[in-house]
Amino acid sequence: MARMKFLCDAERCIECNGCVTACKQEHDVPWGVNRRRVVTINDGVPGERSISVACMHCSDAPCMAVCPVDCFYRTEEGVVLHDKDLCIGCGYCFYACPFGAPQFPQMGAFGVRGKMDKCTFCAGGPEKDGSPEEFAKYGRNRLSEGKLPACAEMCSTKALLGGDGDVISEIYRNRVTLRAARGTTSGGGVPWGWDSAYGRPSVTAAGTAPGTTLPAPAAPAPSGGKS
Amino acid sequence: MKFYVVAILAGALFLGLAGCSERSQVVNYKQGTYQGKPDTPPYAGPPYNGDRAAWERAMAVRAQAQNEYKRVK
Repeated sequence: MARMKFLCDAERCIECNGCVTACKQEHDVPWGVNRRRVVTINDGVPGERSISVACMHCSDAPCMAVCPVDCFYRTEEGVVLHDKDLCIGCGYCFYACPFGAPQFPQMGAFGVRGKMDKCTFCAGGPEKDGSPEEFAKYGRNRLSEGKLPACAEMCSTKALLGGDGDVISEIYRNRVTLRAARGTTSGGGVPWGWDSAYGRPSVTAAGTAPGTTLPAPAAPAPSGGKS
Repeated sequence: MKFYVVAILAGALFLGLAGCSERSQVVNYKQGTYQGKPDTPPYAGPPYNGDRAAWERAMAVRAQAQNEYKRVK
């Protein structure tokens, strides 16, 4: 088996936040902690793209490199996990992570920083698999039940894929090939939305379905708009 | 008889003093290595009971459920 990975298809993500909700619900994540979130670039502008972001379970994880107490470990399946009993909540991992994955519970009015919390790829942590202790600290261990992460399995458009890196990259490769073969809009517009996500075979070279191409922007698009 | 009494007392004294000793509270730190509790692989417990091949098969089947091109056929 290759390493466990997430892959988000920005052409298909519709910013429904179903993955975020699924994660929250599955692991009973407290308020203020978002193990997963959806980032949208150029929100509200035609051509906007969204991507679901959480811990990417890096092969050479910077959080692991900077942790002063070495509470991180990588499982045989390539999932980056940590021991909360050892974490001192220093926040170095947060500064090191390029995805902003490490989260710190903000308890109390003054935001006391607690032990780090992050996506576990639904693989729990260093407690007995499926035990109440594991659930309380790390959330549900779906991998030990033979299931994939809740966010990916929940994704309605299957924009977010999770699992064995070889398998999901094959699924994605197949998808890209098929939708490219179906064709996208012609007429000079940049393929976007349904066209780039699924292809649009009804569109012929003679004409373009109304409203399917991007309008020429009258003004420069706002840069770095995020939600 | 006296020997046994002395031996028992010596043993009790040894155990008593051992109880007074202090456990090392200093982490035997090895830079760059994981210092936390060991974890078990996901297939160690039920329902797979250590059968890694069965777990990998289950995961492969599950992953294909994300491939809607296959699912709709």
